[in-house]
Amino acid sequence: MNDWNTFWYLSSVIAVLAATTFFTRALPFLLLSRVSNHPLLEHLGRFLPPIVMVLLVVYSFKNDAAMSVDFLPELACLALVAGLHIAFRQALLSIVGGTAAYMALVQMGFG
Amino acid sequence: MTVSPLNSAVLRTSLPVLFGYLPLGAAFGVLFSDLGYHWLYAAAMGLFIYAGAGQFLAVGLLANQAGLMEMAVATLLLNSRHVFYGLSLMNRMQNRGWRKWYQIFGLTDETYSLITATPVPKGINPGEFHFSITAINQFYWLVGCTLGAWLGSQLEFSTDGIAFVLPALFMVLTIEQYKHLQDIRPFLAALAIGLGTLALISREHMLLIAILLSLSVLMMQYAARRRSNIMSSKAMTSEEDSK
Repeated sequence: MNDWNTFWYLSSVIAVLAATTFFTRALPFLLLSRVSNHPLLEHLGRFLPPIVMVLLVVYSFKNDAAMSVDFLPELACLALVAGLHIAFRQALLSIVGGTAAYMALVQMGFG
Repeated sequence: MTVSPLNSAVLRTSLPVLFGYLPLGAAFGVLFSDLGYHWLYAAAMGLFIYAGAGQFLAVGLLANQAGLMEMAVATLLLNSRHVFYGLSLMNRMQNRGWRKWYQIFGLTDETYSLITATPVPKGINPGEFHFSITAINQFYWLVGCTLGAWLGSQLEFSTDGIAFVLPALFMVLTIEQYKHLQDIRPFLAALAIGLGTLALISREHMLLIAILLSLSVLMMQYAARRRSNIMSSKAMTSEEDSK
């Protein structure tokens, strides 16, 4: 691909993502605090984050384009991540452990 | 060389984030370099976007060749939790001017938990302490992203399967959410909606539609609960009237 095309494309992606990320962090400071204790916002603030996380697990689950129809290794490694995290609650250990196991399986020809 | 009390307190407090951000940032960098772009772009993302989960999601979206609008909406929804972090920090914000806005810019999950969980050491200005923690955390993240992307483009070792850090990270965040909420219902509902939309709609579009579906379910649930609250309070007043 043309270098300038790449530059403009990625620059606009970075600008959009930087703006939206900053927007979510700054929103409560931009709005006044009296809006913040509206019960609907409290309801969404309570239940939306866990729902979004589960949806992201499902969305990213089959992210690897090279993956075949056999998704058992991915499912098993996801269970390993969950098990490690429930047992030790060390985010880094759970993520690195599960990813290392998955990489090993994929590179041995499974998945 | 002497280290000021402020700097030593900041270094000590931010140490766990160093151990988290270097490898996680490096994983992002390696993943990003698999897309075939220059490592400088990974550094620019760490510098200007500075979001852990958000940048991982961006790699997935770039790989799927998602449109700018879709990227904006997905990022907005993924980061919607930050709105609720900010709410609780609002009354504690010590800094003013550009330092305040930088601290808001740098309000990641990890910085938020450090700032809310660590008491400010004696004799140290809270504003300076929080500002320095935010800045050093971003520095760790930036080094991680850059190193990972640079190494990923230099090294010969196979990175097949490293994309799994993304579902793994979200899995960990899901469990953390559960520990916090202690209520299984939203998780089961989200799983049903997620798998349902995945089966019925193409994977590129399921995220957005699933989130909008969940949002409308939550709004209806809120409206229903409100109506039943009004009904029960009416019933109570009429009972009192009849007495």
